Formats: sequence, structure tokens, C-alpha cells
Amino acid sequence: MAEFTLPKNSRINPGKHFKAEGAKKPRTFRIYRWSPDDGENPRMDSYEVDLASCGPMVLDALLKIKNEIDPTLTLRRSCREGICGSCAMNIDGTNTLACTRAIEDCRGGEVAIYPLPHMPVVKDLVPDLTHFYAQFASIKPWLRTQSPAPSDAERLQSPEERKKLDGLYECILCACCSTSCPSYWWNGDKYLGPAILLQAYRWIADSRDEDTGSRLDDLEDPFKLYRCHTIMNCTRTCPKGLNPAKAIAEIKKLIVERHSA
Amino acid sequence: MESYKIQQHKYDVVVVGAGGAGLRATFGLAEKGLKAACVSKVFPTRSHTVAAQGGIAAALGNMGEDDWRFHFYDTIKGGDWLGDQDAIEYMCKHAPEAVIELEHYGVPFSRTEEGKIYQRPFGGMTTHYGKGTALRTCAAADRTGHAILHTLYQQSLAHDATFFVEYFATDLIFDDEGVCRGVLALDLNEGTLHVFRGHAVVLATGGYGRAYFSCTSAHTCTGDGGGMVLRAGLPLQDLEFVQFHPTGIYGAGCLITEGVRGEGGYLTNAKGERFMERYAPSAKDLASRDVVSRAETIEIREGRGVGEHADHMHLNLMHLGSEVINERLPGIAETARIFAGVDVTKEPIPVLPTAHYNMGGIPTNYHGEVVHKKGDDPDAVVPGLFAIGEAACVSVHGANRLGSNSLLDLVVFGRAAAHRCAEIIKPGTAHKDLPASTYDQALSRFDKLRHADGDTPTAQIRINMQKTMQVDAAVYRTQETLQQGCTKISKIHDSFADVRVSDRSMVWNSDLVETLELSNLLDQAVATMHSAEQRKESRGAHAREDFPDRNDGEWMKHTLVWVDDKGKPRFDYRPVHMDTLSDDVETVPPKKRVY
Repeated sequence: MAEFTLPKNSRINPGKHFKAEGAKKPRTFRIYRWSPDDGENPRMDSYEVDLASCGPMVLDALLKIKNEIDPTLTLRRSCREGICGSCAMNIDGTNTLACTRAIEDCRGGEVAIYPLPHMPVVKDLVPDLTHFYAQFASIKPWLRTQSPAPSDAERLQSPEERKKLDGLYECILCACCSTSCPSYWWNGDKYLGPAILLQAYRWIADSRDEDTGSRLDDLEDPFKLYRCHTIMNCTRTCPKGLNPAKAIAEIKKLIVERHSA
Repeated sequence: MESYKIQQHKYDVVVVGAGGAGLRATFGLAEKGLKAACVSKVFPTRSHTVAAQGGIAAALGNMGEDDWRFHFYDTIKGGDWLGDQDAIEYMCKHAPEAVIELEHYGVPFSRTEEGKIYQRPFGGMTTHYGKGTALRTCAAADRTGHAILHTLYQQSLAHDATFFVEYFATDLIFDDEGVCRGVLALDLNEGTLHVFRGHAVVLATGGYGRAYFSCTSAHTCTGDGGGMVLRAGLPLQDLEFVQFHPTGIYGAGCLITEGVRGEGGYLTNAKGERFMERYAPSAKDLASRDVVSRAETIEIREGRGVGEHADHMHLNLMHLGSEVINERLPGIAETARIFAGVDVTKEPIPVLPTAHYNMGGIPTNYHGEVVHKKGDDPDAVVPGLFAIGEAACVSVHGANRLGSNSLLDLVVFGRAAAHRCAEIIKPGTAHKDLPASTYDQALSRFDKLRHADGDTPTAQIRINMQKTMQVDAAVYRTQETLQQGCTKISKIHDSFADVRVSDRSMVWNSDLVETLELSNLLDQAVATMHSAEQRKESRGAHAREDFPDRNDGEWMKHTLVWVDDKGKPRFDYRPVHMDTLSDDVETVPPKKRVY
């Protein structure tokens, strides 16, 4: 029979509370904690942070907690300006980047922070993205051509052709979109998910690429592509304002056109 | 000491770091049939190359006259005659083919009407030896680093290279004869230790910008390669030269590309005056970065800063219009909105000089081979060890790097290192036995820090270091501030003996990793402050108020600095390579540097 509750060892327990004594502008962050080293269940620790002495972003609060309250809090972070994609997590109910999410834009009360949903957790806010990266590699995401490149010059591409890559090449592989997609939650083993499909379309849309046929062949599959049911969570959540749902629709359109040609 | 199980790996070459330089080297090695492993503490596309914005320099001449010899001259002048002219020739001459190669790999460069790679003006980039403005910086809007890094990772996937992602390299392994034989690394995901054996180790670990409080660098820019080299008893070079970028966002420190000024943006002070006209009458806002950062500092110091505290400048691009901004500068429009709350089509961006780039690093020749001084030979190669990218000091940037020369440095020397490895290493060569004693010291250091139970948390020592560097190794320096800085930074270095690591776990122990990173930062912070103190002249980014002039007679030489395990620095010097590589171009003799 189907199991509708979390297995015993996955149930989230209440955790510790860290009070900020004498804080001028306290705000509480409830953060998912789990370490494979201690054999304990996951828990939600809550930390009061004095916003009067904290930067404006959620990442600022997380680092303030790590630096001043609890150095064991574990998360990925690097560029702190929304370009490297390391600090993707679920903040206040939305997958986004901690570094570009303003604390004041989080809805009233406590700010709940979880790792990206439906991914295996390595520790605390660090999800295991191995499968996501393997899916990225599986689409052979590089320029594929048959004709030789000019020896001392670039392949020409008009500004109009180049424009077709806008909204695609900017993807930072943060996985916010894929891990917000219910279809990816259920079928992530075989469904490529919005991020990887957007990446696939980035090459299909590139006027220099000469392998569209086999790219479409590879995608034409009930699972890889057609598990997209236009739920649109991907587009709604993308922290870079990209539109993976549209990229997926373009792929579907090209496949339809190919069949009717 | 706890006994650790150590997994052994054998490769022809081990690359440490997966930014632009590390990736270019990695698949370059694979291309040559060498078995290459790339060990990186972050997934490759998280590396800080991703944050480069404005572009990559190459004299393609797509949008006007250009010649690599002009680029060569500009780079030497930009570096205030501290750059090695053989290496600069190598880089500038190979720049066009390196950029064309990137395009062939699929980098989504912006385009001219003819369909060629779009090029924009950048600071210090001129034609005819300073007479005209060059359009030399090849751009993918203002996300060139992102476009290049992702493309290089994609190429690595197309080649047969093995990645070890989220492995933190702790120390280099040398044999008794001083040959580098591999590297010890911690797998964060499993919490296990690994020895990666290679006939060469290529350090592509980036800069140590996080030694400063306010920097454009990512949290991960902790100079891990430089730290490992110092611990191996080898010197670093020219660390006193730290570039402050004139346009970091006030407060947040995020980078706003020089490409804004390349596209016609300009700086103003509180009076609304375009003050750069006074400091660099001919190049104005496109003078090189050290010049602009100093001008801003003087404006602020003389009371002409903007804002409530009169402590920053304005960068104006409103006049460019939303079409140019959307097409050429969409990324900084987004960054300015998020981090400064500014709509760049209507308001100026608040900016100030922000620590950005380390011209200094691990000394190498133009093949990427690490060099040191051995007896009378100032160019003695350290067998088995390479360094490339910001981690290295080739030295192509001399005392001050020109904008868009760093992405170029990555790909040119990443490739050069791969080629050199292919020349000297036969694929599949057997590895000699390596007694475990060669990494005993590295293991015990790791174990000690893992159990560090002092009284000062890592973050506390780190902020002390960052604030000291910020105040005492700043844009302008004097003997007094530097001496004070030396005393303070050495004391902070000593306080590391009392560090406390709170996380005792093995899996993804980021508290431990930050502590290992801090130890790398601290050695280089000490080296930087003391190197700045001993150089009694002003050159490029090293501006001494008490020695305002360049002194070629005494100081046209590279500083070599060693830091011992007590944190005590020691100095020596290497001559600057004035001879060019070939007769294609002549040595540019030193002259007064005016923009």
C-alpha cells in the first residue's frame, strides 16, 4: 500500500531556538537542519537575527547566523550577486537564490528556509545535484557542426540570429526551476526538467549549430520532454527571469512541425 | 592523530580549480591524449570566472583598426613596466586565435552588423601607442565571463576529462627531490581524504580577494593555490599589487563592469563634475583602473564624494538610453536594481573603489611552469608544478591589469600549460612510488585544524584580517599605515593558533573548509602587507604617498616573498623580463605613464 506519511527517519522534529539578546530589529529564520553524521532526524532550528546589523539579503542573514551564532549551519554560496547559482534554496515557499532575495520581500513573520525540494539532501541546505548535472551532460550541450569552422575567423552570426539566444544563454544552472516542477518531482529520473530542456533549446536556437535533427530525435521521448505539462512553476520561480516553459514549448513546436513537414 | 583512510588516484596531470583557466587546461590536456583530473571545490560553473562582465581583449580589428602590437604596448604601459615582455608578447599575439577558438566552441558573443564578434572600448586599450581608442574588448553583452565559463565547461564535457567536484585541495605533495607529485584533497560530500597523483599539478585556484572586507570577489576566492605554494616553501610574487576596481557598488561591493564606461558611461562627483577629465585629460573615464580608483579616492578625501557621508561616486549611464542598456548592459542594470535599488535608465549608480584582482601570485614563465630563484638562476622551473589564471603571476599584468586582459590570460595560459604538459609528459607514464611520509605533514595539519578547539571562531579571525587589509593595504599607502598594518596583520596571523572549529562532522564540513581557506588567506594577507611595506616606490596599483614616483633604478623588479610556518615573511627579487620573445615586436622601454 502507498505510504502517505514521511518515513520515520525523515520526519522533521522541532529544533533549537537561538535568541538574539538585545536585538533592535529581530527577525526569525526557521532553517532545515540535517546531518548524515549524527543519525538524528531532520529538524527546524530557529535563529533570531538582528536586522539592524545585517545586510539586506537572505544570504546576508544566513552568513550572519553562520559567522556569529552557529558555524555548523551548512549551505553553498559563492558569488553573492546572482550569477554563480550556488545558493539556490527554498525561501519563504519559493525556490530562489538567497543572495538576490531581499529579506524584506519575505512575507511577514518567520522566514522558513529549506533545501531545494525533492532532491536528496547532503546536509542542511545542500542538496545533491549529481543527477541534475548528469542530465545536463546527457544533452551534449556543446556546439555541434559538420562544416569546418573558418580557419582564422569567427563563424558569422547576425545580430538577429544572436538575439534568439537571449533569454536562454543566461541560465545559471541553479536548478530552482527543475526542483519547483511537480512533474520533475515525480519523474525526475527520466524527465529532463525545465533547466535542462532550456539548455537543450539554447543549442537548437543557435544559428551556428548544425545538429538540430539529432537534438530533436534525442528529446522526442515520452519522458525526457513530454512530462512537461505546462504547469509553469519553472517560469514563475526562475531567479534570472528566464522562461523555461517557453523554451520547452518551442521544442514541442519544432517536433510537431517536423512531423507535419 | 586520527588515522585516515586515504584513497589514491593516478592521472597524468591533475588540475586544481575549474574556472576559466582550469577548464581550458583540463580539456586541452584531454585533447592531447593525457589523462587529466580536474579537482574543484565548487561545481565548475560556480567558479568566479562566471562573474566577469565586460569582455575579453583581442586585437581582432572587427570594428576598427587594431594590431596585437598596440595591445602589447597598452598592456606593458597598463602594468607600469613591471610586466614580463616575453609573456605579454605571447599573450597578445595569441589573443585573436584564442578568442576565435572560443567562438568556435560556441561562446554566444554579441555581434556586429556584419555578424562578427562585437568589440567595445575598455580602459587603457588604445591604437597607435596611446593615440586612438581601440575597440578591442570582445563581449557577450555584459555577461562575457558567464558565457565563456559555461562554454568551457561544455567543451570539457565533450572531451574525456574527469572531474572531482566539491573536493577541497589542502596541500601539495613533493618528493625529496623537490618534484611536485600530487595533491591531497578532501571530498566534501563523503568526508574522505584523497591523494591525486600527477606527473604535473596545475594550480588554477584563482585570487585571494576575500582577504579584503569589501571586494568584488566571490566568497570562494581564498587563494588556496597561493596558500599551498607558500606552505611548500616556495615564494609568491608581486603580492603588493592589488587592483581596486573603480566601480564596485557602494555597500554591496558587487562589480559594475568597466564596459559601462566603455559604452559611454561616466563618473561624477558631488558637484556633478566629470572629474576624470582633470586626472586623465586624454583617456578620461577610460584611463586604467589604478588611475581612476586613485582619482575617486582623492575626490572623496577632498570632500567631493556623493551621498550622506560624502564617501562614494556616481556612475552615470542614463544618457545611453534603454535600448543600448538592454542590449549591451542588461546584467548590470539587474545588479544595480537588486543591490543599489537603482533604475539605471533614470539614476546614477553609487560606486567606489573595491578590491578586485591580484596582479601578484605564483611566479611562472609563459608556459605556466612555476619558477623560483635557485642560486643565480631567477627563472628556475619547479618540476611538476604549474600555475595559471589569477592564481599565477606570469607576469602579464605587471603592477596593474587592464580590464578584459584577465579572461584572455585564463584561456591563453590555460592552453599554454596544457601544451607544455603534452611536450614533457608521455601519456600513461608509470608513477614512481610515493612514500606516505611525503604527506604526513599535510595530514597532521588537516587533523589539527579539524579538531581545533581554541577560543576564536574562524569568522572572527577572518573579519579582523579583512578589516585590517581594507584600512592598511588600501588604494593609497604610507610607511606609517603599512607599518601599522604589518604589526596588526602579523598579530592576527598569530591568533590563528587559537582558532575554533565548531563543526566536528566529516560530511560537507564547511566550517572546517572555511578554516582551511582562512589559513590560505592569512598567509597571503601577511605577504601582501609586508610586500607593500618593503616596496618604497609607487607603481601601478601600489601607490605610496611617501614615495609618489616610480623608481625604475631601484624597483623595476619582481618581489618574491616567502612566509614561514610562523607567519614570518622573507624577501628576494627577480628581474623583469624586458626582452621580447621574437623580432615581431620590440621591447618597450620604460617611460612616464600618462593617460
